[in-house]
Parts: sequence; C-alpha cells; structure tokens
Amino acid sequence: MLRLPELDFLSPSTIEEALQMLADDPSGTRVLAGGTDLVPNLKRRHQHARRLVSLGRLASLRGVSGDPAHGLRVGAMTTLRSILKNEVLEQHWPGLIAAVRSISSPVLQSMGTIGGNLCLDTRCTYYNQTEEWRSAIGYCMKEAGDTCWVAPSSSRCWAIAASDAAPLLCAIGARVRLASTRGERELAVEALLCDDGIAYLSKAPDEVLTDVLLPPAGTWKATYWKLRRRGSIDFPVLGVGTALRVGKNGVVEDVRIFLGAVASAPVRALAAESILQGHILDETTLVSAGKAAQEVATALDNTDFTMTWRRQMIPHYVAGTLRELADLPRVGLLGADGLEC
Amino acid sequence: MSRMRTDTFTVNGERREVAYPAHHTLLEVLREELALTGTKHGCDLGECGTCTVLVNGEPILACLAMAADMAGKSIETVEGLATGPVLHPLQRCFADMGAAQCGYCTPGMLMSAKALLAENAAPSEDEVRSALAGNLCRCTGYQQIVEAVRAAGSELKTQGCGAKGAASHG
Amino acid sequence: MAEVKKPGALIGTPFRRVDAVGKVTGRTLYADDLVFPRSVHMRLLRSNVPHAEIVSIDVSAARALEGVVGVLTGRDMPEPFGILPVSQDEHALCLDKVRFVGDPVAAVAALSEEVADAACKLIKVEYRALATIAGYDDAIDPDKDLIHAYGDDRNFHKKLSMRFGDLDAGFARADLVLEDTVFFEGNTHLPMEMHACTAVPEGDGRVAVHSSTQTPHYLHKALTKVLGIPASWIRVIATTNGGGFGGKTDPFNHEITAAKMALALGRPVRIALSREEVFMCHRGRHPTLMRIKTGFKKDGSIVAQHLKTLLDGGAYGSYGVASTYYTGALQCVTYKIPTYQFDGARVWTNKPPCGPKRGHGTPQPRFAQEIHLDKAALRLGLDPAEMRLQQLQPAGAVTANWLKIGSMGLGPCINAVVEGSRWKERRGKLGFGRGLGIACSSYLSGAGLPIYWNHMPHSGVQLKLDRSGGVAVFCGETECGQGSDSVLAACVADVLGIELSDIRLCVADTDLTPVDLGSYSSRVTLMMGNAALQAAERAKELISGPVAQELGVPAGRLVFADRRVFDSENPACGRSFAEAVVIAESKLGTLGTTGSYTPPRAPGRFRGAGVGPSPAYSYSACIVEVVVDPGTGLVHVPDVWIAHDVGRALNPVLTRGQVEGGIYMGLGEALMEESAFRRLPKKLSNALVHKFPNMLEYKSPTFLEMPRIHTTIVEDPDPNGPYGAKEVGQGPMLPVMPAVANAIFDAVGVRVDQVPIQPWMILKALAEKERGGAGRFGPAEFPAVDYGAALHVPTPEEGGDGKARNADEVGIKGGTMTETRKEIR
Ligand SMILES: Cc1cc2nc3c(=O)[nH]c(=O)nc-3n(C[C@H](O)[C@H](O)[C@H](O)COP(=O)(O)OP(=O)(O)OC[C@H]3O[C@@H](n4cnc5c(N)ncnc54)[C@H](O)[C@@H]3O)c2cc1C
Ligand code: SF4
Ligand code: FES
Ligand code: FES
Repeated sequence: MLRLPELDFLSPSTIEEALQMLADDPSGTRVLAGGTDLVPNLKRRHQHARRLVSLGRLASLRGVSGDPAHGLRVGAMTTLRSILKNEVLEQHWPGLIAAVRSISSPVLQSMGTIGGNLCLDTRCTYYNQTEEWRSAIGYCMKEAGDTCWVAPSSSRCWAIAASDAAPLLCAIGARVRLASTRGERELAVEALLCDDGIAYLSKAPDEVLTDVLLPPAGTWKATYWKLRRRGSIDFPVLGVGTALRVGKNGVVEDVRIFLGAVASAPVRALAAESILQGHILDETTLVSAGKAAQEVATALDNTDFTMTWRRQMIPHYVAGTLRELADLPRVGLLGADGLEC
Repeated sequence: MSRMRTDTFTVNGERREVAYPAHHTLLEVLREELALTGTKHGCDLGECGTCTVLVNGEPILACLAMAADMAGKSIETVEGLATGPVLHPLQRCFADMGAAQCGYCTPGMLMSAKALLAENAAPSEDEVRSALAGNLCRCTGYQQIVEAVRAAGSELKTQGCGAKGAASHG
Repeated sequence: MAEVKKPGALIGTPFRRVDAVGKVTGRTLYADDLVFPRSVHMRLLRSNVPHAEIVSIDVSAARALEGVVGVLTGRDMPEPFGILPVSQDEHALCLDKVRFVGDPVAAVAALSEEVADAACKLIKVEYRALATIAGYDDAIDPDKDLIHAYGDDRNFHKKLSMRFGDLDAGFARADLVLEDTVFFEGNTHLPMEMHACTAVPEGDGRVAVHSSTQTPHYLHKALTKVLGIPASWIRVIATTNGGGFGGKTDPFNHEITAAKMALALGRPVRIALSREEVFMCHRGRHPTLMRIKTGFKKDGSIVAQHLKTLLDGGAYGSYGVASTYYTGALQCVTYKIPTYQFDGARVWTNKPPCGPKRGHGTPQPRFAQEIHLDKAALRLGLDPAEMRLQQLQPAGAVTANWLKIGSMGLGPCINAVVEGSRWKERRGKLGFGRGLGIACSSYLSGAGLPIYWNHMPHSGVQLKLDRSGGVAVFCGETECGQGSDSVLAACVADVLGIELSDIRLCVADTDLTPVDLGSYSSRVTLMMGNAALQAAERAKELISGPVAQELGVPAGRLVFADRRVFDSENPACGRSFAEAVVIAESKLGTLGTTGSYTPPRAPGRFRGAGVGPSPAYSYSACIVEVVVDPGTGLVHVPDVWIAHDVGRALNPVLTRGQVEGGIYMGLGEALMEESAFRRLPKKLSNALVHKFPNMLEYKSPTFLEMPRIHTTIVEDPDPNGPYGAKEVGQGPMLPVMPAVANAIFDAVGVRVDQVPIQPWMILKALAEKERGGAGRFGPAEFPAVDYGAALHVPTPEEGGDGKARNADEVGIKGGTMTETRKEIR
C-alpha cells in the first residue's frame, strides 16, 4: 500500500493554537484541511512534512455567514459539499456553485475544502508521480533538479494551476483573509496566486487561510466552464471563470475573464475583456473575444490531451461562458447532450 | 519507530480503542488495526473510490483521511450495512441484479449509494450516476449498479426506511 | 450434430450468483485481505532505467536495517520462466540485465511494509546503460542493442507469414481493392484489485501460495520450475480475483519471489503491489500497427484479404507469440473470406510486457477489418449492415484458415441492432454532428489447445456426495468476476435437481481441485461447464441405480428435480435427494464422480494451426450512436445497441452484465484509454517511462461516460457448449471500437483510423477535409518488414487437406501435432 511518511499529527482546538504550532516550525509543518491534495502529495513524496496541523477541529473556520448585500464570508474549512448545499450561495453566486460542482467527484467533495482548493499545489504529469517514477526520469526543477522536463530550455516551472474555484473567484473579485502569529491580512484571490509553478502562493508557510470573502453580487453574473476528459474525478485541462455586468442598454459595463489550467495561476484575459468592454454582447463580439483570450495561455504538454488542442479550445469555452451569461443560444453541441462544459 | 497514537473510533456503532501509527490513514486503521477488510483499496490516492466509507453519514475516501482526524466521529463501513444475517436492501439488490461482478468496487459503491439514498430515496438514473461518479467499476459498465441502487431506493421507501430485508443466504 | 442439453429448473433463470452475498457484505477475502500469523511483508526494488546490464547489486545496507528479515536477488532464482514454453525469458528477479523501468531486481522482506520499502531504497544497483528501444522504429533499426539473446531476428521476437488459398487469383477477381494503414494503441486491464499474494511455508519444505491469479495451474508450473522442488510440494490457491481481464494470467515475479522468500524464512510472506506496480506488470493490449488490403466484388462479397500486423510487445515474451498469431487468426470466422494472407510480427521494446487483454490480439485486426468494410460499403453504395448480412459465414463452415465454426447467430444479432436503433430510417439522416455506426465480431469459447503441449483434459470437475444431501464440487476454475463459480454450481445443481444452497464449492486450489487451465480465452463456461455436466450426469447415474431398485421403477424413468428423485410417471413415488444419496451410499459405499473436458481436434495441420481453433465461436453485432461536436472534436455516446449470440444464456442477468461490461471496456479503448510512454529528449536522457501509471491519468470511464446500453441476447445453441452455451466475456467488446469509428464518420464525414480516437484527431481530419483532402487521421505508412516466405495452405474450398504445401521449403515441418516444442497457442 502506498503510505504516508512518518509524521506527527497535531489537532489544535483553537486558531491561536494552530497559528502557534505553525510558527514553531514553519518549514516542517503543513496545514491539513481535507487532505485530498496534501495526502496524495505526501504519499508520493513530492511534498514533505514533519508535522501536520489539522484544522479539523476549528469549527469557526466552517460555514457561510454574512449579509449577501454586503458580501458573504465562506470559512476556509467549509467543505465543497456543504457549499453545494448552501442556498444563499446558490442564490447569489450560482457561478461559484457551478465551479465547485465541477471539482473532482462527489466523494472527494465531502472531504475537500474551499481553502484547500485555493492552496492546491500546481500540477504536472512529470511531477504528480511516485518517487520511483520521478527517479526514473530524474527530478525536475520543481524538486531537486534544475531542468524543467516540459520545457527544458526554460528557467521556470510551468506546472499548472488546477483549482476550479480559483478562476471563478478571481473573476468575481473575491478576497481571502490570512492569519498568522504576526497578525491578519486580506488580499485578493488574484494576488494570492502567483504565476510560478514553484512559488505559486503569496501566502507564507505559517499563514492560515481563514476566510474567503465574496463581494456582493449586485448586478454581476458569473459562470464557470470546465474542460476535462471525464465528467467526474478529473482536474481541469482548461477552466474559464467569467464575470459580467451588462447595463440596461445591453452594453457590457464590466467583465472579468480568468483562465485556469493554462498557466501556473489563473490568468486574466485582458485582451478579450477590452473587446467586450463597452460593446453589445452579440455573437460576433463574443467570438472575437474568445479568440483574443487564447493569447494569454501557455498550454504545455504536462497534462491530459495535446497542448495545441487545449489552446484551440479556449475560444470555444470563453465564448460558451459569455453566451450563457448573455442568454444567447448555444453554438455547436458543446454543453449539450452530455458533452463537457 | 513510528510515533503511535491511541484514539477511540466508533465504527459501525462499536466503540474501539486503537493504538496506531500517527501517520496512518483511516484505510490502514480499518484494514490493518481493526481487521475490517471489507473496505477495499484500488489506488491509495483518491482516484478510484474503492475505499469509500461513511463518516457522520457522508461518503469519504478512507485512503486520504488521516485516521487521527476521524477519532470520535461515526464511521460506517460495508460490514455495518446488514443487520445480523439480514441484508440491507442495497446489498440485496446488488446481489440479485448483477451489480457486483468481481465485487471489488462493491463496498465503496454500496457506501456511496447509501449516502445518496439517505438524501434522496427516489433518485433518477442521472442522479444515481452523478452521485456515484467518483466510484470506478471496471466490470459492470455501471448499468446494473444504477438499476440496483434505484430498486433499493424504492424498497427503502415502501419499507418507510430502516434496513430490514429478506434473510441472506450467506 | 450432437443433441444440445435441455435445461432443468435453474439454468436460464436469473438466479443470484453464489458469491454475491460474500461480495456485498465485505466477507469475501481477496488476496490482500488474508493475514497469516507471523507474516512478514515483502517489497520489490524495481529498475529505474529502461535497458541496462546489471554491474553490481549491493544489498548490505538493506540487510543491516532494523526490521529486515530477508533479501533476495536474481542469483537466488536463476531459472527462467514464462507463460509459454517457447518464451522462457523472465527471471523472478533480474539476473544480469534489466529491460524496462519496473523490472524487479531485488526483494526485501521485513517486519513491516514500511521497513521493507525503506530497505529497498538502501539497495545500490550499478547499471551499464544500453540503447533504449522505445518503439517500432528503434526495434527495427539493425544497429540498436538487442533486448533478448533469442527470437526470430534481432529485436523481432516473432515473425510469421501464412497464405491460405490462391490470394493473387482472389485479388484478380476483385472489383474494388481497398488498402488501409491502421493503428491500435496499447491499453491495460486496470482491474480494481491490485495484485497481491501471500506465500505460506508448510512443513517439510512445502509452500502454499495464495494469490490473485486467473491461472493457478500455470503459476503452479512456473513455481515448480523456478523453485526446483517437486510440483506436489507446491500448492497454489487462487483467491477470488477483484477483476482480471487477462492481467492476472501470467505467473508474476512477485508470486515466485514470495514463495522463495517464504521457504527461505520459514514464515508467511505477503506482498501487495501498488497501483503503479500493476501498470508495470501490464500484459495489456499490444500496440499494433496494421496494413489491411481487401478485395471486394460489386455486391460487397470479399474475394481476398491480406493483413499485415506489427505488434509492440514490450520487454518480455509473455503470451506474445500467441498474441501475434491471434492478430490474424479470427479474421475469417465472421464473413466469408475465400483467400487470405496473414503476416504477423512482434518486436521487443523496453516497456512493460504486453500480453492478453480481453479479446487477446483480436480487437486490433477486428478494428481494421470493420472500418475497412464500412469504407467498402460506401464505395460500393451498399448499406453497411445489409452488406455484412450478405457475407456471413454459414453455421458449420470451415474457414479458409481451417477453423471449424459451430452455431452462428450473427444474422439475428445484426437484425436486432438494426431494428433497435432504427438504423434504416436514421443512419445518415441525423444531421451533421450525429451518426450511427455498425460493426460485428466473433470470439473463441476457449482455445482449442492448451498453452503447453499435452493430451490431458482442459478442465476437470469432481463431485463428492454424502448423506447430508449436500454436494461438494471441486474444480480448478478461478472466479474473477465473470461468474464462473455460479456457472459451476448451477450446472451441477441443475442436473441433480437441487438448490444452489446445497452446493459447496471448492475451487482454484492446485492441491485439492482437479486441473482447470484457468480463466482466460473465454474458456471456462464451455469447458468447465461440460466437465461439470459430465460429473453431475455420472452422479445422477450412480444414484439412479440403487434408488430405482428401492422404488421398483426403471432407472430411466427417474427424474431429479425439486430436491427429489422420483418416478416421472408417478411423481408421488420418490425420495428426497438426501434420502436418495443415503440409499446409494448404503449400497455403493462412499460416493464421488468426476467429469472432464477436452476440446475436439481442429482440422488444420499446419504450423500455426494451433491458434484460432475453438469448440465454439460467439458472435456480436453492435451499433453505436455518437454526437460529435465539430468545433471541438469532442465525442459523446448516448446509446449503444448490442446483440450477442451466446448460444444459451445460463443466467440472463449475469450474461447481460458481461455484455455491458464489455461495452464499457470497449468504449474506454475507443475513446480514452491508452498506455502511453514518455521519452525525454534523447540528448538529455535515455529514460522511457509509462506516461501516467495511475488511475487519475489513465482514463477509465466513469458512470457519466456510459451510454444507455440496449442489449439483446441471441441464443443459437452450439452443440459443443454446455446447454449450447458459448462465451460472453470478451466477444461483445470487440465491435465497439470500430462501431464508434464508423459512427463518427457517419456523424461528421471524417475517418479516424486509429484508437483511442481523440478530439484533436477529429479536428485535424475535419481541417484536412476542409482543405480538400481526404478527411482522415491515421498512420501514414507501414514500415518495411520482411516477414519471410509464406507458408502456403490450400483452403478447404480448394480441396486442401489442412496441411501446408511448402512446409519443407519455408523451413518448418508441417503438422501441429508433431511440433511439441515449438507449437504455441
Ligand atoms: C482524484 C482527485 C481529483 C481532483 N480533482 C480536482 C478538480 O477537478 N478540481 C480541483 O480544483 N481540485 C481537484 N482535486 C483537488 C482537491 O480535492 C480539491 O482541490 C480540494 O478542494 C482541496 O481541498 P483540501 O481541503 O482537501 O486540501 P488539502 O489537501 O487539505 O490542502 C491542500 C493544500 O492547501 C493547504 N491548505 C489547506 N487549507 C489551508 C488553509 N486553510 N490555510 C492554509 N493552507 C491550507 C495545505 O497545506 C495543502 O498544501 C482533486 C483531488 C483528487 C485526489
Ligand atoms: S513544469 Fe517542468 S519544472 Fe514544473 S513540475 Fe513540470 S517538469 Fe517539473
Ligand atoms: S483507494 Fe482509490 S480512492 Fe482510496
Ligand atoms: S464489480 Fe468488479 S470493479 Fe465493479
């Protein structure tokens, strides 16, 4: 059986206790939430820990609270399953529900948390492998080595940001609260996630993500489309989180589009946004926006499917989110008849 | 050697005090410390669903759950489904309707299905498929599993709930 | 033709499988569930280089680790083994060479699995690298290092060529000749249960091996050879397999090493492989490149076919010689093909060995043949379903390559799926993006010859009856989910008129049960079923005599039913079954019977004739509906219609389960499953690794990918089958892959001549079509392979006698029966 390395398990009963435990040994301690990312990574020995600090007993980090008109707060330890069952969220940010519903599988959703989802390690098929496998090709840059096997001439790691919630949360301008013994701070989800396969979080190792803060929905509408091989279990090979505000005259007042799984962090499709901004959302405009979105993606050969095809899919998926938000009819069969979206 | 912990686990309604290595998952504690080998494993990485058990009524993967996190919670495994010799309707329908071939995915399927029926006793075919989509089966093609889950659902409903059924021949 | 046996009260009903309750309660013990007192845990250190000589192995640090109790290396087991007598090319632990990443080089037993793991990491192996043979190109390159010191030609493990009938004359008669190059990617079984075993030493140098194997008998043979102790000292018990699909039909390194370790340590040794190690064991589908050329008449009839195959075999022989033959063996049992040439070759590469996966060697050429027929129908302006119907082999025919067909229910199968899918109204009329495709297939109900040459039965069953009224049934068969335990119990209970609960099974134990060759080649229902019927009929006879005497009625009038034995003319006159046994036991002493089965001799008398013959062939027809998104190339399958001629459905629920499971695996192969490999840029490294040896990236369809499956069971009883039954475990998956490809063509007008069919392939083909091209994605060329001179075998139609005409010229002695050493099946 593939097993975890020996380690100490700590289960603080207050957040203060947890923060102190992390401060005691920040480099050797990891936060354990649902464990659905951390446990496989530790089992395969590409992440390491001497101690795990479980947040399982911290009830204060669980649940959805706040006033929708002023913004909701989702505790970091709220499971994906309870998010899916939350009626307030469903009513105000159905796009978040769509993103969360697309994560992994039902049984993983009852373990995985929203905080863990935002702090997911970046992924790469050269990296998410056992120790034996990695030794057979030689460790890459994300570990002990100095070459990136995906792009050997590159000086950086291109591992993929695989969170499904992140692109959507970026698009709606959500923020997170981080806490450590040094105090609390708040920053945009966009600023939490860095486009670097190795240093993919701006969070310090001793910081705990305590809350995800959603802005009031107001007239925003948002949705998330995901491309993956199977209808369940699989990580995204492309995710599109789109948030849109359309004026009474049908003109796009505001739009934010983030692509997931095509870089080491969700990337903002600014060129696409500027095509839409101030225009009526018709078929022609959204198709050219979809095409423009392609430019920011650096799809490489380190996940399922070919990189060329994944890039080709971007216009279809970006346009798909826009049509859905603009209540325009679907084009092609995408999203219908069981085809993935 | 390994750092050991001692915790009390409630498995299938029975309270058990267990000494186990701190780094072990629920899967290891169930199979190795408690000899509850009914819970299977097919990947140890959360990718197949074979190790599904219920914790406080929700399906989780035993291979990813730290045992220490599960202390004090109510854990249900396939061994707890039947009432003495009387099979749970899900078990009976699986047995009679071809839903278990090699049987290796079966314990996990049964637990995921139990969680579904607890919320929705009359799931549509699509609802069954969605709820069980994290559980892989290589033998059946799933159709007979879907049929068995739905049949068990309607049986549970007409019984009013509870887990009484015909005697097993096991 | 022999009379087909009529079912009693049980056969043909949807009875609950005998292993069901154990499986739904978690009581069934699989190999990894077994725990023996004083067990130690073993792990294997596997090679992390693809191809190298072993210079040295230093195990001292591993031995010194606290908790380690034993270490073995290749020197401890120098005797080679392999499933086929002609391919004894594996070592329990590599001796002086490693041939793929994953090849085991050392074993450590320790007090815990974790210590064994840690100790493996302390073993230092020094390798001297050899060139990496990654695929066909490297293997064909005459300058590359050799993977093995034996084989037909450098890195060609096997080459063969056979011609049946006057092929040139056949092609000369053709109105249309089509040629295609087709590729079928490798894939793997992925049973949910990972291989595991425990070896338990028993007094006086004996050992018992409990293992998740589909072939305890062959494992027993390999253990005997490598351990060098008498066969009778070794006991193999196959535990219930948590799925096999052919992946557990070879003897494996870990099984042999565990037995050796247990004997060395005098205590039980257990090993459970990780999922990645299961990918290393592999023995899955051979990646196969094919060149197919077929001549058609205007009416769609086939006049000639020439098929060339090239298999990428991976690092060892495994079943590979048989697999190579199988890529050509069954081409003629479906449609009339009067002249036929088959050239096959298998190369070695530094990858996990390929072997028999569900359909063993036949899905690849079936894919080529069925998409080929579809193209021909289009060119000839024929309906693909109608065209197939017109070309069916008749029941009882002997094919051009000398296979004897029994019952043949493909016609009704085609009609069933045509009607079910409303093919005639809907094909070609569903609009751009939606389509229907058809394909058919046939499969063996057990190979006509055993893996090693002998004249003994292929399956044996023994019954023990006593005053309890219970019947103990002993048989070497192995349950791996297909339902063989249930077939065994049901056949006996049905004949004796008792209940399944009266039967106690003892199976898959080489010490206690008569030999059954194993759960492979869809042989169990037919062969074991026949053996069971014979044993049960004999038991009936045994009981009938004394009971008839006691009742004063002629023995021939006795009926066994409802747990009673009674006079058919006066049902009240009778005894309970248990009383009947008491009467017989009183009269005759202890009661027991045996039954056995040996397949009929096949008519072919040429080298290679051993692969393909079967007592009966199953037939399937399949129509797949697809939705293809032309913008993205994504494919969705909403419905599949399948009809399968199973001869007789012994249990309709279990039969349907096998059919649906076959469709599942077929769709996986058609659309997503592949055993792909990673090669780094050559200047950086010679590494060659499985691209994704895990269940997340190796894509096995979930509940959500599965279509509605509309199954029709066709029953055309075969005189050789028990109650007329034929196989169902493998056949129904075979037509799925080509039917998907044909449906995609119907939907969007492009051809993908390879599987798995990926969305980007469809887009490329669509783009090519838009540019005015053919609208095809697939391999462009077939490499130049010298298959050697063909063996010429006149066909039955030409008045042949089953022998080759030029056996001497091509350097091979004709006649399957005389070639005891080299003949393979
Ligand atoms: C088979 C499989 C499929 C999956 N598919 C998907 C998918 O499709 N989409 C997707 O988005 N994810 C997927 N996941 C990943 C994962 O299940 C989810 O992202 C989940 O939400 C992660 O949450 P967790 O609580 O389990 O995280 P954990 O594993 O507990 O933690 C993940 C990381 O975040 C850190 N962390 C967690 N919580 C905090 C906190 N509050 N403060 C600071 N650090 C923290 C941990 O230290 C760790 O490094 C998949 C996982 C598996 C095994
Ligand atoms: S992108 Fe390159 S450096 Fe990063 S994990 Fe993959 S191979 Fe390693
Ligand atoms: S063993 Fe596969 S999900 Fe746990
Ligand atoms: S019954 Fe074998 S894996 Fe599901």
